Amino acid sequence: MSTTSYQHYQHAHCESGVTANLLRHAGISISEPMAFGIGAGIFFAHLPFVKVSGTPGTTFRTWPGAIFKRTTQRLGVEMHTQRFRTPERANQALDDVLASGKPAGMLSSVYYLPYLPEAFRFHFNAHNLVVYGKQKGQYLVSDPILEDVTTILPQDLAKARFAKGTPEPRGFMYYVKSAPQQIDYTRAIQAGIKQTCFFMLSPPLPWFGNKAIFLLAKQIKKYPQKLTPRKASLYLGNVIRMQEEIGTGGAGFRFLYAAFLQEAGVLLQRDDLLGFSAELTKIGDDWRNFAYHAARLMKDRKSDLVSYDELSDLLRICGEKERDLFTRVQKIKW
Amino acid sequence: MKADEVPQDKRDFKEGDKIHKLMYAVDTDGKYTGITSAGWEAENIATKQAWDAVDEELAETAEKVKRGELSPIAYFMQKNLMEVSLLAKYAGKWQWQVKRHFKPAVFKKLSGDMLAKYAAIFNITADELKNFGK
Repeated sequence: MSTTSYQHYQHAHCESGVTANLLRHAGISISEPMAFGIGAGIFFAHLPFVKVSGTPGTTFRTWPGAIFKRTTQRLGVEMHTQRFRTPERANQALDDVLASGKPAGMLSSVYYLPYLPEAFRFHFNAHNLVVYGKQKGQYLVSDPILEDVTTILPQDLAKARFAKGTPEPRGFMYYVKSAPQQIDYTRAIQAGIKQTCFFMLSPPLPWFGNKAIFLLAKQIKKYPQKLTPRKASLYLGNVIRMQEEIGTGGAGFRFLYAAFLQEAGVLLQRDDLLGFSAELTKIGDDWRNFAYHAARLMKDRKSDLVSYDELSDLLRICGEKERDLFTRVQKIKW
Repeated sequence: MKADEVPQDKRDFKEGDKIHKLMYAVDTDGKYTGITSAGWEAENIATKQAWDAVDEELAETAEKVKRGELSPIAYFMQKNLMEVSLLAKYAGKWQWQVKRHFKPAVFKKLSGDMLAKYAAIFNITADELKNFGK
């Protein structure tokens, strides 16, 4: 029982990667940046009052599941999605899908995936992967962040799919029911870009979208006064990890989104999108520069190279450039 | 980021060098392309620091268990990178109950079933759990 025709491609980010891999299997030629952009994956939020393992929550992407849902909807692909009460039912349903010759995507906790090295395993419950077959009692796994396919024992997979915490995957599984013959990429791309601009620029609350970058910049400025050096260092470290950890595609998704803008620009023959792509690439470099200096500051735990004030300024500049960029992207005449 | 700037700084802790992530960078013509990266110094520092913090706290807790101030449950909870809220969910208990189980005196009186449950959560045997720190 294995979907032998399944082709694994490595991607930068798990959710857009799984989406691209499943859609390609269904005969839709789509790249990861395209899936990410149409699904309006790029975002920013900083929640000082929501502590994740003791540090304030920061994210560079939209909430889990949104990319996949928006992309498939915008392309007119019909998906089946399902959650389960028990691991037994979840495994049975998975076996049935595989028997019908379809690969299935699912949510899992990275902590319970034995094939990942320890350095990557923590209680993060929204990791996406594809199971494309079963052989000798093991599931065949296509994890988009890996270069190659791998395997997992059913009991291990069950543990990962039924991990507890926030969010709880509860065995969440999805597969392509039917794909359309003709796809209107133009409309899908437009809808994705419009939504991204809306989410970046419109939220009236300081914790979401572009505004949150300035909030984080202000907070970082206060770290030396408010926190012990150890805490300040851990808080900064968390921002860098969110920017670069598992499947962020570099620079907090900025390069991934710039790749999307470029591909969209070529496809729709629009020079303005190509220009925006080049600009975002530069902003991505600014983000990397910020992370680089933050890491230096963290390592030394003293402010000899760049102080918290200067870090805060680097971040504020990223925020200003992005606000300017997305304001102009929002004004595109389609 | 240009293709030749994709960082290749080895992630040499906790087998982190086994994974080469894909990153997007522009080639000499400005066209985006996917390139695998061995790791990046900035990320390595941040991740290493997070792991060091975990290891330090774990060592402190191990000492407390040995001195009889905490039960092995507190140690294995940390070893599995869990917080009380998460462990309580896995154990099917309230948080205050789990915290009570951190007391060595209470831990000694735990039923075999409860010990087995904790051991299963931590992926160890009940004996390993009971005998830790002795």
